[in-house]
Amino acid sequence: MKYMNNYAVEFNNVSFRYHEDEPWILKDVSFKIEANKTTAIIGHNGSGKSTIAKLMNGLLLPEHGQIYIYGTRVEEESIWDIRREVGMVFQNPDNQFVGTTVKDDVAFGLENRGIPRLDMQKRIDETLKAVGMIDYLLHEPYRLSGGQKQRVAIASVMAITPSILILDEATSMLDPLGRKEILETVQHLRKKDNLSLIMISHEVNEMIKADYVIVMEDGKVSIEGTPKTIFSSEDRVKEVGLDIPLVTEFALSLKRHGMELESNPLTHEELLETLWTYHLKT
Amino acid sequence: MNSAFIIGQYIPGESFIHRLDPRTKISLIFFFVIFVFFANSVLSYALLTIFSFLVALSTKIKPSFIIKGLTPVWFLIIFTFTIHLIVTQEGEVLYRILGFPIYSGALIQGFSISLRFFLLILFTSLLTLTTTPIEITDAIESLLNPLKKIRLPVHELALMMSISLRFIPTLMQETDKISKAQASRGVDFRSGSLKSRVEAVIPLLVPLFISAFKRAEELAMAMEARGYRGGEGRTKLRELKIRKLDYLAMILFSLVIAGMFLLRK
Repeated sequence: MKYMNNYAVEFNNVSFRYHEDEPWILKDVSFKIEANKTTAIIGHNGSGKSTIAKLMNGLLLPEHGQIYIYGTRVEEESIWDIRREVGMVFQNPDNQFVGTTVKDDVAFGLENRGIPRLDMQKRIDETLKAVGMIDYLLHEPYRLSGGQKQRVAIASVMAITPSILILDEATSMLDPLGRKEILETVQHLRKKDNLSLIMISHEVNEMIKADYVIVMEDGKVSIEGTPKTIFSSEDRVKEVGLDIPLVTEFALSLKRHGMELESNPLTHEELLETLWTYHLKT
Repeated sequence: MNSAFIIGQYIPGESFIHRLDPRTKISLIFFFVIFVFFANSVLSYALLTIFSFLVALSTKIKPSFIIKGLTPVWFLIIFTFTIHLIVTQEGEVLYRILGFPIYSGALIQGFSISLRFFLLILFTSLLTLTTTPIEITDAIESLLNPLKKIRLPVHELALMMSISLRFIPTLMQETDKISKAQASRGVDFRSGSLKSRVEAVIPLLVPLFISAFKRAEELAMAMEARGYRGGEGRTKLRELKIRKLDYLAMILFSLVIAGMFLLRK
């Protein structure tokens, strides 16, 4: 099913609500997500971003509009094929650990798909090595930290070799170290396996590293674009109620004081770069 | 984490008994429980007792562990013995304690019933000592498999068991956290009348239940996202295999039971 379409995910005028007498959670949402890129979907609680994730692998189905994964429409009949392509890691590390040990948990997804035992053993070893958890093969979940549990969750999802990996606030319950661990693991996997990575988050710092950002507000796409273009429209970002990264904030206030900086830096290195080029020119 | 989190009383080991297929162990124990009731002579009891002790020894588990596992039932064993002493009135009177007659029949009866009881519990506790809970779950699923024909949801039951096993430590940690949180808000779990202590449990149970439901919902979602669609077409990573060792155990067991029948009165 891969490569039928350049876009990993496509939303066409999608509307969704849980019940007929309840308010719309998504209203006429359309966007496209390119394959093999990192895309961040950010927004506040209740902006509809988690619903988007659940719509992408058929945990929920839209009331209006169509969703396509690599050109295949998500609907009742295609759900099981879609779920093979779209892997999902959720927020709470404890509530997605099904097996009694790390090994059993990674096996769970493989067992569901009827993979023969010998292949299973190989795939389990491979994916646990890729996330750096191979030494914990026989550990029970309560002996692992939150970050380690999330890495196991990623391994469990990666074991079935999806082409799209969605992290639905997967780092929000972790400490800074665990968060770093997960982001590094995920980027490593993305490069290794040519994944399309979709990160759903309200953490502004996570979107800096994304190739493309979709900002959600009240069930609608509010702004979309590369992180640089998004943060250059300072007012718009603040209107949505999102924070601007400290580095960008700093550069913007330098500009306000009359320094003609060339670009909008997002990281410390970029800021350094902009500052010394500015210094050379003046 | 502390040792109280270890579920059941499994003690890891590499002995002959540890390596048996859990299905073999469960079936043999099932038959043992039945055949213990057929013993009726001193020699048949002696044979079963020696056999049980040999099996217990061969697990290579420290006897102190096994005895510790039996502590809750000592009381029951002594209780049955005493009841039999008082109630049974067969044979001749041996002693009189405070004018109360003790019959020889009562002594024999009491002793044999208590011994049976002891052997049953010793043997079944060897199962939980040498088999992990998850192995027992797998064995039960496999043994109950024929019941699928009468629409018993065997796979679902086994999955339920293994998920509960997996969540016991998680919920215990949570209980600990909630009880500390509530204690910091002034709930007193340790003193006061029985009634007030029972009432103090309510603010512990309500949040625990709410969070358990939430966990269940999220877990179901995560399972579905990973392609879970019931037992149909599913493969299994853990494999149960009947090997030579198991046949050996079955033959040995049959011989002991045959010997027991020969030694009956």
